[in-house]
Amino acid sequence: MMLPLKENDRPIVKKLLEAGCCARCVLRFCFLEVQSAYRQPYEDTAKELLAFINDEETNVTKDSAVQDQLTKDPPSKKIKLDTAKTDVQAEGDSALVPTVTEEGGARLVKSDVCVVCLGVLQEFCDEAYATKISEVVKAENYQFDTMVLSVSLPAQLSVREVSFLFYFDVLPYRKKSMLLDKDDVIKVKDAFKWIMQGLVSKELGGVSVFEVGVGFTHPETDSDCHFLLILWLNSFEGAHAPNFVLLPFLLFFFRKFPCPPTRPASKCVAQDVQCLHVSVFVAGRYNKFSRTLPQTPWVIDGERRMESSVEELIAAPLLSSFRAKGFNFSSSGREDVDVRTLGNGRPFALELLNPHRARFNKAEIRQLQETINQSSDKIRVRDLQIVSRDAMGHMKEGEEDKTKSYSALIWTQKAIDKDDITFLEETKELKLAQKTPLRVLHRRPLTVRERVIHTMSTRFLDAHHFHLVLRTQAGTYIKEFVHGDFGRTKPNLCDLLKTDTDILELDVEVGVRAKLFCFFILFFT
Amino acid sequence: LALTLSSCSFTSNRRTQTRVYIKGKNCEDQCVLQHSNRICVITLAESHPILQNGNTIKSINYQISAGCSRLQNKVSGKSKRGGQFLTELAPLCRITCTEGVEYTIYSCIRGRLLEVNEGILERPELLLEKPSTEGYIAVILPKLEESKTVTNGLLSREEYENILSKRTSSTQQGPKTEPEPC
Repeated sequence: MMLPLKENDRPIVKKLLEAGCCARCVLRFCFLEVQSAYRQPYEDTAKELLAFINDEETNVTKDSAVQDQLTKDPPSKKIKLDTAKTDVQAEGDSALVPTVTEEGGARLVKSDVCVVCLGVLQEFCDEAYATKISEVVKAENYQFDTMVLSVSLPAQLSVREVSFLFYFDVLPYRKKSMLLDKDDVIKVKDAFKWIMQGLVSKELGGVSVFEVGVGFTHPETDSDCHFLLILWLNSFEGAHAPNFVLLPFLLFFFRKFPCPPTRPASKCVAQDVQCLHVSVFVAGRYNKFSRTLPQTPWVIDGERRMESSVEELIAAPLLSSFRAKGFNFSSSGREDVDVRTLGNGRPFALELLNPHRARFNKAEIRQLQETINQSSDKIRVRDLQIVSRDAMGHMKEGEEDKTKSYSALIWTQKAIDKDDITFLEETKELKLAQKTPLRVLHRRPLTVRERVIHTMSTRFLDAHHFHLVLRTQAGTYIKEFVHGDFGRTKPNLCDLLKTDTDILELDVEVGVRAKLFCFFILFFT
Repeated sequence: LALTLSSCSFTSNRRTQTRVYIKGKNCEDQCVLQHSNRICVITLAESHPILQNGNTIKSINYQISAGCSRLQNKVSGKSKRGGQFLTELAPLCRITCTEGVEYTIYSCIRGRLLEVNEGILERPELLLEKPSTEGYIAVILPKLEESKTVTNGLLSREEYENILSKRTSSTQQGPKTEPEPC
């Protein structure tokens, strides 16, 4: 194609090439936004640039028509196109770079890697590399519809870029030509994506919420940006960008870093290609029938104190079917290890990280639910469904508004009979003042919570035992209400019954609240 | 009726709790109950003079010195900022019985004071009736790195009972010569 370069650009292009800039970076510093210019083969761009600067007599018109320079006789001063060296090998260790020699001649030489992009726009922007990337992705066997390419570059590219920009500022002829702001220079990342996004997409033939990450490092010049640390330490006063005065910064920069930057001996190293699929969210309700199962893994000092957990039992079959790497579990409230969850079950949501497979129909989800339920008799899951990310947020909503229903097995020190406990049934809206229980005080603030026990009902068992069912405000510590927690919950069951009492078993009954019911209907599709 | 072991009260044994004893001079023994989450409750031991012989309590004073009252102890946040840091010999309160004898109750462990029992100010009989539960003196949070060692050197139930039996069988009265730990 014909590069849309103007007369004004010629000295700039020449200077850039002299400094060791590669062909595509030249286009960038010439503020060329035409994506197709970057997509054409590197060699073509290199040749065109050469031709452009070798032909000072050619007038470049405003509508960017460039005549074919290669066939004309060169004016005496320039061009010795070394034809033997015009075969650009993209796979070689160093790319051919159009270089202006000391005598003023312009030729393509088997030369250094680009001083600015360190080879990223030279070696890694062609179909060959796109094929390599695609092969890795295909081998990982992801199912996806769309894909986005992300690229991470070594930090020193920024330093080199800035160095080049200062280099311009020193030159007399760049000036107000277009009042080019450094922000108008095309970024390496953008140029890379313009070239590669299309090539990789085409190879993979997909469209999805799936990201293919390409990264580069350049160990040889990693120390280029170390000098910035000093600036960083001196300027930082918080989490904001350094607020330095420009002039001292410029002087500091020139002292610490050459303008233009030095030529590197090697090109960038391509890192392994990484694949990432957006998270998939699965929600449902769970019952817990075991009194020795924590909700999350119970690990102290690296040692597991109790086998398994609710979240691991639910997540295991999901991790393998979705072929996900990890998960985040969230639920609407939770219960202690030794408390059973009965009734309709507690709502939960599970975020599956980087799933290799994301599409499941209703039948397959039902099957997954069945697999979970058959894997253990300690838990049971229902209403399993795929939901949106918002579901995770809604999970915690309204926790405070709820009423909870509990069933407890009570032990009394004093011998009791049926009549001793009937008064509890008449007790309504009992207000409690509960100091933070000692058993959680190490991780919760010390405060007093006012809670209400709405109703109670009893079932006498024997002289020292009875069943107590309570309907309470959410957040009520039931165990502390029963045994009193050193008198720090007032009133408590010991006070009411005038005997020491303790709780032997506790179950929580989760009912269906109108709010939650609607929530699930909404996501039931 | 099968009783499960899943009781959750502090006083039961389901979670690991350790009760240790501190021998005081003149039998002013105290007790520390440590929960598995490292929180400690300071109480009188059953052999403490205050709990003997049908005493009645005249006053309980948390004002330790002119500038320091344990009642002013205020903690905030999860990390319990603001709590007075105590060492083993720090006084928690002074209790006066009706015969006029004043006893000092000590912290016995290193840690941050979380709360003192204001309930016994209002109802001193709690201290006499339920010294190990509602009549507790204070709640202290040891440093995380000291949570396991804070009860080192304090007496197990067995060692405590040995000491008690030695006292009752001993006919000697008078000052003890060995150094007191508390």
